Amino acid sequence: MDRTVEIGLRVNGERATRRVEARMNLVDFLREELGLTGSHVGCEHGVCGACTVRVDGRIARGCLMLAAQADGADIWTIEGLSDTGEIRALQDAFVERNALQCGYCTPGMLLTLAELRERNPAADRREIREFISGNYCRCTGYEAIVDAFEMARAREGGLP
Amino acid sequence: MKPAPFAYARPESLEDAIGLLEEHGEDARILAGGQSLMATLNMRLSAPEILVDIGRVPGLAGIKATEGGIRIGAMTRHAEVESSEIVAAHAPLIASAMPHIAHPAVRNRGTFGGSIAFADPAAELPACAVALGARMVIAGRGGARTVAADAFFRGLYETALGPGEVLTGIEVPNAGAGWRSGFMELARRHGDYAMIGLAAHMEVKDGRFGRGRLAFFAVGERPVLAARSAALLEGERWSDALGARIAEMLKEELDPFEDLNADAAMRRHLAGVLARRVLGPLAA
Repeated sequence: MDRTVEIGLRVNGERATRRVEARMNLVDFLREELGLTGSHVGCEHGVCGACTVRVDGRIARGCLMLAAQADGADIWTIEGLSDTGEIRALQDAFVERNALQCGYCTPGMLLTLAELRERNPAADRREIREFISGNYCRCTGYEAIVDAFEMARAREGGLP
Repeated sequence: MKPAPFAYARPESLEDAIGLLEEHGEDARILAGGQSLMATLNMRLSAPEILVDIGRVPGLAGIKATEGGIRIGAMTRHAEVESSEIVAAHAPLIASAMPHIAHPAVRNRGTFGGSIAFADPAAELPACAVALGARMVIAGRGGARTVAADAFFRGLYETALGPGEVLTGIEVPNAGAGWRSGFMELARRHGDYAMIGLAAHMEVKDGRFGRGRLAFFAVGERPVLAARSAALLEGERWSDALGARIAEMLKEELDPFEDLNADAAMRRHLAGVLARRVLGPLAA
């Protein structure tokens, strides 16, 4: 049986086609085939959130999705969202509030918070914490991350 | 870790999916949202020869109200169920369970039917299905059949699904007038698998409990109905004394497993805590 698959998808606005092993997951595809190493590989079983990417407009675990399943999908990673400036305010607030130390969780954290900004822009601190509960950070204790979300929101025009 | 190598097929019809499953038998596994399966593949707890991705089979997703209740398509994503007004109106137990299923990124991909078919003993939806008396709609070569939730969950990750069969939807009957439901689980981190959880569906009239079902999860190999505890409730008003009696009965009635998160004694204790927190407000 053929254990490879031909896939075509859009990543950060650019078209990519490859023949990949069927077992290759999306985050390994992004890192190894496309050189987009901003999405990190942590636990590889869906617990830590370091591999969070955006698939067809919604965040997903890059380790719990096959590259084959992303055939035809529209994928955005931290590289793309940094380039478009979509999460600039959030990134600046992360720096100012020291919302990262080692930075391993940061790309996944930023993608998750970008989705929260869209789905529940008025989220209170408890809701922010709940929304990022699937993203482990072992440096900050999360307090500064929640602060950074609030700071970016205030600068972008505050609560709706 | 990385999965062992496998082949991948993406049928575009239910017939083709069933055909592939029949052809490959035990060597094949169905890939739905993949949010549980991919983790087991990555850890090499499972090593199928071929994955049959049903993500593009038409007609398997969506939620609709039917004459007697609602029907949730097997490939409906958790996020869609979570935000569905139909589910909130007709199956509030399921609506209140949804935010507890893993994390937002997982709920965006994971599917309702996938969670039911995977039958993890610590998962929320199998317990909800048992509490509500849901029916599973299964397609196979010979056509469709339905199986009641009680008979569907057979054991640890084991269901009534046979080789060459696909779970296509879940039918949840409307609750009668006067039925109320409550859901709660305890986990060390929000969204992690529960140490223990309770899906309760009870008749309440004039502040007194009637018939009903208390389905606990993460205590046994499949959702566990605490029938003797539910019987104690019948005809009673809620009180602290009743809560204490239920907690004692649960300790007797449940025979929980142990793991790194909680030993059996702790789970027995937490069962009573959940019963008090869920049942008290139900009767109010």
